[in-house]
Amino acid sequence: MPKKLAQAGPATIPLRNSLTAGRPGALCERTPQTPIVVAMSGGVDSSTVAALLCREGKQVIGLTMQLWNQRRLPELSREGATGRCCSLDDVHDARHVAEKLGIPYYVVNFEKRFEEQVIQPFIDEYLAGRTPIPCTLCNNSIKFDPFLELADGLGAGQIATGHYARIRFDEASGRHRLLKGVDASKDQTYFLWGLTQPQLSRTQFPLGGHTKVQVRELAREMCVPVAGKQDSQEICFVPNGDYAAFIDAYFRERGIAREATQGEIVDAAGRKLGEHEGVHHFTVGQRRGLGLAAGEPLYVISTEPATQRVMVGRNPDLLRAELTARDANWIAVATLDRPVRAQVKIRNKHEAAPATVSPTGQQRRFRVRFDEPQRAVTPGQAAVVYDGELALGGGWIE
Amino acid sequence: MPERFYFDHNATTPLSDEAFEAMTAALREVCGNASSIHHYGQMAKQRLEMARRQVAALIGASPKEIVFTSGGTEANNLALFGATKSGSHVVTSAIEHPAVLSPCARLEQLGVPVTYVKAGADGIVDPDAVRRALRPDTALVSIMHANNETGAVQPVAEIARITRQAGVLLHVDGVQAAGKIPVSVTEPGADLYSLSAHKLYAPKGIGALYVRSGVPLQPQMLGGHHERDRRAGTENVPSAAAFGSAAEWLSRNGNRESARVASLRDLLERGILERVPDVTINGSAAHRLPNTANLRFHGIEGEAMVIALDLRGFAVSSGSACSSGAVEPSHVLLAMGFSPDQARSSVRFSLGRSNTAGQVETLIEAVADSVRHLRRVSPAYSNA
Repeated sequence: MPKKLAQAGPATIPLRNSLTAGRPGALCERTPQTPIVVAMSGGVDSSTVAALLCREGKQVIGLTMQLWNQRRLPELSREGATGRCCSLDDVHDARHVAEKLGIPYYVVNFEKRFEEQVIQPFIDEYLAGRTPIPCTLCNNSIKFDPFLELADGLGAGQIATGHYARIRFDEASGRHRLLKGVDASKDQTYFLWGLTQPQLSRTQFPLGGHTKVQVRELAREMCVPVAGKQDSQEICFVPNGDYAAFIDAYFRERGIAREATQGEIVDAAGRKLGEHEGVHHFTVGQRRGLGLAAGEPLYVISTEPATQRVMVGRNPDLLRAELTARDANWIAVATLDRPVRAQVKIRNKHEAAPATVSPTGQQRRFRVRFDEPQRAVTPGQAAVVYDGELALGGGWIE
Repeated sequence: MPERFYFDHNATTPLSDEAFEAMTAALREVCGNASSIHHYGQMAKQRLEMARRQVAALIGASPKEIVFTSGGTEANNLALFGATKSGSHVVTSAIEHPAVLSPCARLEQLGVPVTYVKAGADGIVDPDAVRRALRPDTALVSIMHANNETGAVQPVAEIARITRQAGVLLHVDGVQAAGKIPVSVTEPGADLYSLSAHKLYAPKGIGALYVRSGVPLQPQMLGGHHERDRRAGTENVPSAAAFGSAAEWLSRNGNRESARVASLRDLLERGILERVPDVTINGSAAHRLPNTANLRFHGIEGEAMVIALDLRGFAVSSGSACSSGAVEPSHVLLAMGFSPDQARSSVRFSLGRSNTAGQVETLIEAVADSVRHLRRVSPAYSNA
């Protein structure tokens, strides 16, 4: 017999069970409390964060930021280019995890902000002869402030993400400190140096004390549906890691002529060695794709946006002992007021090298003098300053 | 888990008791194929034809003019592709549902030019603009009866007079109107009229296209001789039975229920306007569905508002969901001349049979509270 549905007055009908019932399979035992918002990408890391917080009895809200529409530049979609950021598959996975955990889950549209604050600067930086880090742009302008703002609006005090890094409050200085994740191979502090004290005070990185292997074990133990999912690689909105093809496609969509970025390949003396298809195809230290038949290996030394020239040279020409960085953000200290001994990392895969870091006298700028010259100091990348485990701060290499 | 209330009846409606009973009875009792000759087939056919009479009665049509489809989307597709051919021209509006706009985009690819008439700031299409868009080769005008987002009721009777005079077919997407306002297909003079069952308390997966007697229509779903050769496929009798029974309930009680819902909508709107500063009603307040309120909350992302209200137990809507589930700024509000930011700060409340005055009172509280909260942290809002 069908269940009797209406209990209320004649003109009202209560909704059927599908709309009124709680979500099935809830792991979360919730008591009324201030909720915490988890940024869920559909990957194993952020899914495990959500599951861990649920297990601790926290009231968790899952949010996925829709950052980029993968259908936007269809010519980039190829076979095998799956599992990218904001793809339908990832959203599907995140939703499935949330359902399993029994937490409220929403996808929020950050596409406009992402384009303005990440994609555009990403492209502008390449055209200015620099090599940007979109993940840091995104962390600085999307993942924390607007996300915290949204969390605020939903009555949540804290946010949590799946980053491999640790946050500790230091009583003596009264500051929140950023420490490397214990899994050295996964440490993400290189992308997080822009975090401010207000942001750090409201953020949790529950995976910072775990290795990736442990995280997968935890995920399996808690039956997180994506426990065996492959890690994402490369830049989330760029399929197959081919950022130059992405920029070319973006230019085509915008009606920007290819010639605007084409130019000559020259040596240190300014002699023309060849031609190239756009300055954005090159980064300092790059050897591949130059199309030059030279006796000895040649590398990109710099790109000159004004003339659209790409300058090449020998490997020793890439060594630099000094750099300056702008838009500095200091985490462990309020400001850098005297030279300090530290280790400085100049790209994600670089091993932090001993150096002296000093103020330049200018607002939010610092100078790094390495003990040993470093290969391929690349404008647009970040110089992140460490004292052992501690990320002191960082800035953009000029 | 908060107590949950549903204020999103334009998205879909909960199944009514009448529809539920009719559907389960048909599932239990009717097992034949309505096209079969034997007793079982006849039983199914009888139940189907009863449903057809019930649906026809809701819109003042004759039963043989009703073609059952899989829903409103299919009804719109059938109308647009079935009543046009290569070389003809179509007029529609920029505020139509994607179930009209996407077929129109395909028609354009197939060599059928389409003219999109704009709506005014009140969300209403000017009949004169439709008249001006007509060309000698125009075969079809397709205009919605009521807009799903703003609730704006379009002047379909006037447009029908224009199309009649010009000898052009008129398709009306009536998915949002039927069941909420009185519909008579002879009154607006529509040649084709789309219906969706789940918008009027019947299940998803069934709808209908009214095809005025004598209007030529090329079937789009090909197969057997079902639905008088206008739509092939074994008839979905249990769903049709539910659709029919929901339609019959509305034929009897629709006017009274609409008046009740209108008073709740007005209560909600008045309550919000009194309690919350900087709120604007989007679209025509005079010509709109009795159940719909589309409000702009200055300085707030409608998407955040939907989430905040859902966490408090109230289901409302903002814009339309893209494939991932994220919200895109409403193309309807953009077509009315809104800026993307204005469109993004709009929220739709659509009421229905499941709502009571008590629910509306608690919703007003929740809205006032959520808006205060969201504006406190919004850099886009300062009431200085």
